[in-house]
Amino acid sequence: MNIDIAVFLASMMVAATPVIFAAIGELVVEKSGVLNLGVEGMMITGAICGFILANATGSVFLGVVAAAIGGALLSLIFATLTQFLLSNQVATGLALTLFGIGLAALLGKPYEGVRVDVIQPISIPVLSDIPVLGTILFSHDPLLYFGLFIVFAVWWFLTKTRGGLILRAVGESHDAAHALGYNVVRVRILAIMFGGACAGLGGAYLSLLRVPQWTENVTAGVGWIALAIVVFASWKPGRLLIGAYLFGGIGFLQLHLQVENVPIPVEVLNASPYIATIIALVILSAGKSGRSNAAPAALGQPFHASR
Amino acid sequence: MITLEKRPEPSRGWSLATPLLAVILTVLAGGLVFAALGYDPVATIRAIFYEPIFGQNSFYYLPQLLVKAGPLILIANGLAIGFRAGIWNIGAEGQYIMGAIFAAAAGLAFYPSESFLIWPLMITAGAVGGLLWALIPAILRVKFGTNEILVSLMLVYVAENILSSAAVSWLRNPEGMGFPGSRNLSQWDAASNPEIIAGTGMHWGVAAACIAVILAYVLMARHILGFQIRLAGQSPRAAAFSGVNPARLVLICMGVAGLLAGLAGMFEVTGPARKISIDFNVGYGFTAIIVAFLGRLHPIGILLAGLLMGLTYIGGEVAQQSLGLPLAAIQLFQGMLLFFLLAVDVLTHYRPKRTQRAAS
Amino acid sequence: MTETLLAINGLTKAYPGVVANDDVSFEINRGEVHALLGENGAGKSTLVKAIYGLVKPDAGTMALNGVPYAPAEPSAARSAGVTMVFQHFSLFDALNVAENIALGMDHPPKMTDLAARIRDVSQGYGLPLDPDRIVGDLSAGERQRVEIIRCLLQDPKLLIMDEPTSVLTPQEVDILFATLRKLRDEGTSILYISHKLEEIRALCETATILRLGKVVGGCDPRETSAGDMAEMMVGSALKVPSKPEATTGDVRLSLTGLSAPAPHAFGTALRGITVDVMAGEVLGIGGVAGNGQDELLLAMSGEMPVNPQMIRLSGKPIGDWAVNTRRAAGLLAAPEERLGHAAAPVMSLTENAALTGTTRKGLASHGMINWARARAFAEDIIRSFDVRTPSAANAAQSLSGGNLQKFVIGREILQEPDVLVVNQPTWGVDASAAAAIRQALLDLASGGAAVIVISQDLDELMEISDRFAALNQGELSEPRPAKGLTVEDIGLMLGGASASEGQSA
Repeated sequence: MNIDIAVFLASMMVAATPVIFAAIGELVVEKSGVLNLGVEGMMITGAICGFILANATGSVFLGVVAAAIGGALLSLIFATLTQFLLSNQVATGLALTLFGIGLAALLGKPYEGVRVDVIQPISIPVLSDIPVLGTILFSHDPLLYFGLFIVFAVWWFLTKTRGGLILRAVGESHDAAHALGYNVVRVRILAIMFGGACAGLGGAYLSLLRVPQWTENVTAGVGWIALAIVVFASWKPGRLLIGAYLFGGIGFLQLHLQVENVPIPVEVLNASPYIATIIALVILSAGKSGRSNAAPAALGQPFHASR
Repeated sequence: MITLEKRPEPSRGWSLATPLLAVILTVLAGGLVFAALGYDPVATIRAIFYEPIFGQNSFYYLPQLLVKAGPLILIANGLAIGFRAGIWNIGAEGQYIMGAIFAAAAGLAFYPSESFLIWPLMITAGAVGGLLWALIPAILRVKFGTNEILVSLMLVYVAENILSSAAVSWLRNPEGMGFPGSRNLSQWDAASNPEIIAGTGMHWGVAAACIAVILAYVLMARHILGFQIRLAGQSPRAAAFSGVNPARLVLICMGVAGLLAGLAGMFEVTGPARKISIDFNVGYGFTAIIVAFLGRLHPIGILLAGLLMGLTYIGGEVAQQSLGLPLAAIQLFQGMLLFFLLAVDVLTHYRPKRTQRAAS
Repeated sequence: MTETLLAINGLTKAYPGVVANDDVSFEINRGEVHALLGENGAGKSTLVKAIYGLVKPDAGTMALNGVPYAPAEPSAARSAGVTMVFQHFSLFDALNVAENIALGMDHPPKMTDLAARIRDVSQGYGLPLDPDRIVGDLSAGERQRVEIIRCLLQDPKLLIMDEPTSVLTPQEVDILFATLRKLRDEGTSILYISHKLEEIRALCETATILRLGKVVGGCDPRETSAGDMAEMMVGSALKVPSKPEATTGDVRLSLTGLSAPAPHAFGTALRGITVDVMAGEVLGIGGVAGNGQDELLLAMSGEMPVNPQMIRLSGKPIGDWAVNTRRAAGLLAAPEERLGHAAAPVMSLTENAALTGTTRKGLASHGMINWARARAFAEDIIRSFDVRTPSAANAAQSLSGGNLQKFVIGREILQEPDVLVVNQPTWGVDASAAAAIRQALLDLASGGAAVIVISQDLDELMEISDRFAALNQGELSEPRPAKGLTVEDIGLMLGGASASEGQSA
């Protein structure tokens, strides 16, 4: 077996992109103190919304926009239930996933097997001609670069801006934030919608790019892996990239091994990303200590402004 | 403007009324969705809720109702015990698959023996399969503090891959002309799970579900373990002060849920599903989560919720055959049911109150 | 200076079942320290939240500098020059000092400038602070400084302080008072909320007294005796616990070098605690919040197991015993936090009786709980300790703080412990319930049990302890007989270290 290292790294970046989108969105949501387990549902809803619009208009760009809007709209259900009606976040997130999968299956029925035009890679002039590095870094599609940009933007927002400070404060102690006069519910709803839009973009990357035809189970657990990667990353955008690339690398390797007919049962290869995720979670939780790695203190707790 | 005011104590009345209210709201909203999809809403709702029970083909559908509700009730009861303790096993689908595989493998190892020991052996194997699969996330959580939600869910995907490898290779029927899938267990007397009373749909899994409801009721209402489970879910620190060992609780709750899910898989593979096949699992493990919440995590409630959810499955098939409604619409319908339940649940703990904005 | 800064007129705010403020009117003058005095539940907190824009009054008006003042939210209050130092809940443990301060300002400068200003202002007022430190690592006194500096950076006209000294050592209180007097001299008005009469007499020029939501009077605390103010505040004479001369017996509980790491990131490690407690005596353990009180209780209750030899009960090493094994052996405990630790909020009193009573009261057999007996036990507690509740079927959270505390303490006392450890037994409890609880603890000790009372209320400890020791950063001072201790002695025991920290930090 031989793998061109440049092709490997480039493919790894592509495989990691849907996870990056979904995970960076969820990271912001969790930083605000909300646990939304509906990532898988929002992703697949984004995937089908993007697919339908791209198919109808012929514009991949409009498809991507529709995916973000679709994911955000679905997340609004979660936001309403958890922020206004104070429902249990775990149960509501699960419901969102079940609902989203059903919705996508229903909307996608007429499109099964239909293909759309994919986003074309752009070769950044000059830079893409650099040997090796050009292949790895400068010959991708625009959405991949946008994903990296969002990770950077989230890092900048959380660490350098007042909005980010308020968001972190809300996630640490909603009572204290409320006492200082911040609108906890508004901050959280905005965060949840951002998470939904990002998950939708991740879904669109799968349905419009990775697998440019509609298949019912297009996300196949990527949303759940994104949730795991947020934990793995200790809620830090930089480490989130590392986690996503590790996952992308395993995904690419196992596909490659399947194509090469390596004598490992295909089921073992198929299951490897999930097993790897479990192992990563275990290693991380076993070694985790100290405050800087801790989850936001108010994560998953409902907030009701009383007296 | 309407604000919410916390009740000093949860309202008993609303706690009973909210599931009903949720069903009504879901029917209304579901009707709108069906209408939007171009189906006659009244006919669709009638096909889902009325035809299976009172329609002319009800003699066929009613037994099916038990067949669908049985595994849902069995799995949901196990999940609810964990949910009450704040332990989120959402990988019941995987535990269900592993129960079926363990049971089938244990039984088929002795094929074609007709020993009366085969059946109890398979029951045990099914229970153990589910138990072991659930203990993986449980032990990881206890030992390393790993998040059980994510691990139990990842293991569903792993179990699905084990299932497909079982179906295409190591449990494949040697006389099946190369088609995937194991021997037909329901045609092997020693291993089959027939209807206890012909024509009722009442197989051993349904009986097990009823027993599980009773045991769960006694556990939660009277046994000290049930008290500790409720305590741990409501306030973990008070539970620690009371002397509850959280690690032990995680192992027990996850173990029981896995065991029941494994049993459900065992009764399914030997009965209605007949054999191990690639598409053996149809999402009972996930639907059971809805059932558990719809039944308010209470054994009797889960019994009723399981029947209701079984009805939507059967009704969905009826609507598919008579009106061409896609099955995915039913999945959506079930998701909506859970949403509405979670939404109206607020009335149990809070009281809506009209307030005038700002006094001057 | 007698110019009115804030005038409050007919302010009323009702919650379901209780009128928190009933037609409250008073005025705060410019450059005065004005005390708002009242018992827990008198409506002080609701009133200041209305002034700070956190609560909208149902009726009534306010005027600031003669202009109508009705802040819709705290930022409106802040921009009008009203700031507040909270008793609880306004700091973020995981964020640093500068970030915490920035969150409390409406137009914070850039972080680097802010850090410099924090250093300047905090030094200027004698409250030094390092802007880069994580707030979760600070002592209670330092945390309060963060809140005060946050207010001072906004040049307030009115500074509201809600129970500021409850977390401070006597030496830290002196530093705080010096700062407040300096502010007053600069023209800032201070609304000072407390129920500690001596403090108010030392600091304030005017006092408004609230009882059950109503203004029951005003006075000049410098010229009114503490007794007269207490009478206005409480409305009736108090029953002071009778402290019989203790006759002590054998050593019941002995701690030997009790050490344990902090159970969580913001906890305190216990360091070599050594003390013997005799049958029949009350050992009072004082200390400023966050010096290891919670951890000490966890180590005793068994929620935080330690080395077996570190805790011995009547000679037996029990440091690694489980919670219920300790209960069976006669060591019981009542933690500080009533709702969520000592009791489960949404569970009934019957269920809460079973929460600790199962072992000693024989409420279960073959794993099955006998709910009839649990109910009888709960009703016994309700009767014996005068717990006001419609029935034992009511949820713990539906009880008032004082009633629930009587239930929690009563639940342990009725199990006839050999050793009872309680943490903050009367925190946030009305005066009559507090007196009843103290009396019950004294009765328990005179019946031959060893009682350890951990408390931040020094008056309480002086009233009921036979011996007194202080916790400071997880270490316990040498216990001394309570009789004859002066405030200065206690202050030194509580925190010579934390007082000197003030100069060195």
